Amino acid sequence: MRHFRLLLTRDLRLAVRRPGQTLLPIGFFAMVTALFPLALSPRLEELRAIAPGVLWVGALLAALLSLDHLLRDDAADGTLEQLVAGSESLLSLVLAKVAAHWLMTGLPLALLAPLLGAGLGVPVAAMPGVIMALVLGTVCLSLLGAAAAALTLGARRGGILLTLLTLPLAVPVVIFGARATKLTIEGGSAAGAFYLLAAVAVLTLTLAPLATAAVLRIAVE
Amino acid sequence: MGHTDYNIGMLDVVLEVRDLRVLRGERTVLKKINLWLGAGQYLELRGANGSGKTSLLRAVAGLLPIEAGGVFWRSAPLATDRSAFRSESIYLGHDAPLKADFSAIENLHYWIGLRRPLQRQEIEAALTKVGLPAAAQLRPTRQLSAGQRRRVSLAALLLARVRLWLLDEPTTQLDADGQAMFAGLVEEHLRGGGIAVAAMHAPLTPAPAAKQELVLAAA
Amino acid sequence: MDFTWFHRLGSPPYIYRLSERLSPWFGWSAAILIAAGLYGGLVLAPPDYQQGDGFRIIYVHAPSAWLSLMVYSCMATAAAVGLIWRMKVAHAMAASCAGVGAAFTAVSLITGMLWGKPMWGTYWVWDPRLTAQLILLFLFFGYMALRASYDDTSRADRLSAWLAVIGMVNVPIVRFSVEWWNSLHQSPSVMKLARASMPASMLVPLLLMLAGFTVFFLAFLSVRLRAEVLRREKHSAWVREMVANA
Repeated sequence: MRHFRLLLTRDLRLAVRRPGQTLLPIGFFAMVTALFPLALSPRLEELRAIAPGVLWVGALLAALLSLDHLLRDDAADGTLEQLVAGSESLLSLVLAKVAAHWLMTGLPLALLAPLLGAGLGVPVAAMPGVIMALVLGTVCLSLLGAAAAALTLGARRGGILLTLLTLPLAVPVVIFGARATKLTIEGGSAAGAFYLLAAVAVLTLTLAPLATAAVLRIAVE
Repeated sequence: MGHTDYNIGMLDVVLEVRDLRVLRGERTVLKKINLWLGAGQYLELRGANGSGKTSLLRAVAGLLPIEAGGVFWRSAPLATDRSAFRSESIYLGHDAPLKADFSAIENLHYWIGLRRPLQRQEIEAALTKVGLPAAAQLRPTRQLSAGQRRRVSLAALLLARVRLWLLDEPTTQLDADGQAMFAGLVEEHLRGGGIAVAAMHAPLTPAPAAKQELVLAAA
Repeated sequence: MDFTWFHRLGSPPYIYRLSERLSPWFGWSAAILIAAGLYGGLVLAPPDYQQGDGFRIIYVHAPSAWLSLMVYSCMATAAAVGLIWRMKVAHAMAASCAGVGAAFTAVSLITGMLWGKPMWGTYWVWDPRLTAQLILLFLFFGYMALRASYDDTSRADRLSAWLAVIGMVNVPIVRFSVEWWNSLHQSPSVMKLARASMPASMLVPLLLMLAGFTVFFLAFLSVRLRAEVLRREKHSAWVREMVANA
């Protein structure tokens, strides 16, 4: 637990020291969503229909953009070696890194979504649901992305490969998440979609860190 | 701690490498490596570039898979149980694992802090001991020279307070002063019953009394 | 229990010779089964009362879709065996599966699209099965791209094995999510024949084709595996000896 806290504060502090790198995905998310009205139509009724898709694809791309830094910096300067060779529980360190990534990317994306959603005609009543869906979804994306980032650490063309590996894994998250968002916006009952999304999140939280820790041991070789 | 050290002649063996074989890709980089080290001993790994010095250190540190043979820490094979070894050893690679945005103090706080809780005074004392001036301790490490950064990682060795040091060319980038300071640190570590294994290009001077040398030839 | 058979399976020369012995058997039985299935399906079977002759593409589509999933399962199982028992032959087997698996997936997608054209007037509909196949294809591509981006075979083996295992957990969830996603749009699947029960004259050729494709996969795998084992063991004594005696 001490290890988890220490590494989490380290990563958060590093993120604060590099505001450019930290804010980039969030700015990207805002820009992409703002482009849709310009490319499609300013009519809110039309935008409302595509809002869930826009928000989810935007969040997915923004999260992918930030994943490349999740482990690569630590691998480049030898920090990862120190973590693998010196720590008792690699699993808690993986969880700490994922938690830091989520706090710096996933959570801001989810919190920003209502603001951007308002521009896409999302009604105020739907905002809590939109945030909730993105919170669950971005947790999954951080976890899956960490596994994919570990797999591609030593690879040539790591960045593109990371995207290729993460997208198929993220399909269920996007389907359930976007559906939950859509049903919330339309005012229907989104409970079913939320349950499925939560189930995927629990499954990912249980399995992905184990795989990531095992992969990291191979990746530092 | 459960495992007893055993004797070969006069020596209490703490670290043993038996018939080690290590592959990189499909190439054998190390084979039939045998060595025994006891308390207070210093082993210098010598050999040309590519002779496998780094691979040997990394294999012992558990960062490279072992193809055949084994590494034993206090008679226990590391292949099955690494936990004692992990908390009693530290590996220092080519590059100091320092974050450019953090100061030397912050870096050590997080790096060695993951091994044991640290006081700020301890960190400052260690940094002063390796010759990093107080003003430089607070600057982001990106503003430090290569030699100063190297000194920060030597301070990490002191703070880790572990028995076994595995060092990959620890004196590169150090000036003459720094080299002598490092030799002093090793001497002190050995006197306290520690063990050090270092890959070196030039022999450490002044050489510690209990020095062994292993010259690796390209496999 | 006697586990020597398991240890023998871990030995590259044994696997090499075993697959050398088996591949002609697999090859010929695949040829016979597929020929019989094609004759039965394209000539003997009556046209479907709704889809006419268009339905006959099922004799290629269904077996390749089935095989794509089976090959993925084989690949993931071999990869897991390789990880757990550190068995290099198992890794070689997983690596040999990827290309043929991707090919089966691509064939099932193409035949699915060809089938969709006369039925729906368009080559692509977001049919759940087609969509799931498309994502499976991406998984295969990801696996192959990951392998290709590492020079070190041993690292490529273990890392891609983890990807295959993660993908194995993912595949059923993707299938379920895509079905669920599609059920909300109420678009019926193209890839089903109108009738629930098929007459024997249609079903028997389909089963023959399924068996034929499966044996074809085994034949292909035994050839591919031999090449893979040879490449990995090119410096070993038994390969040198074999080459010298040849």
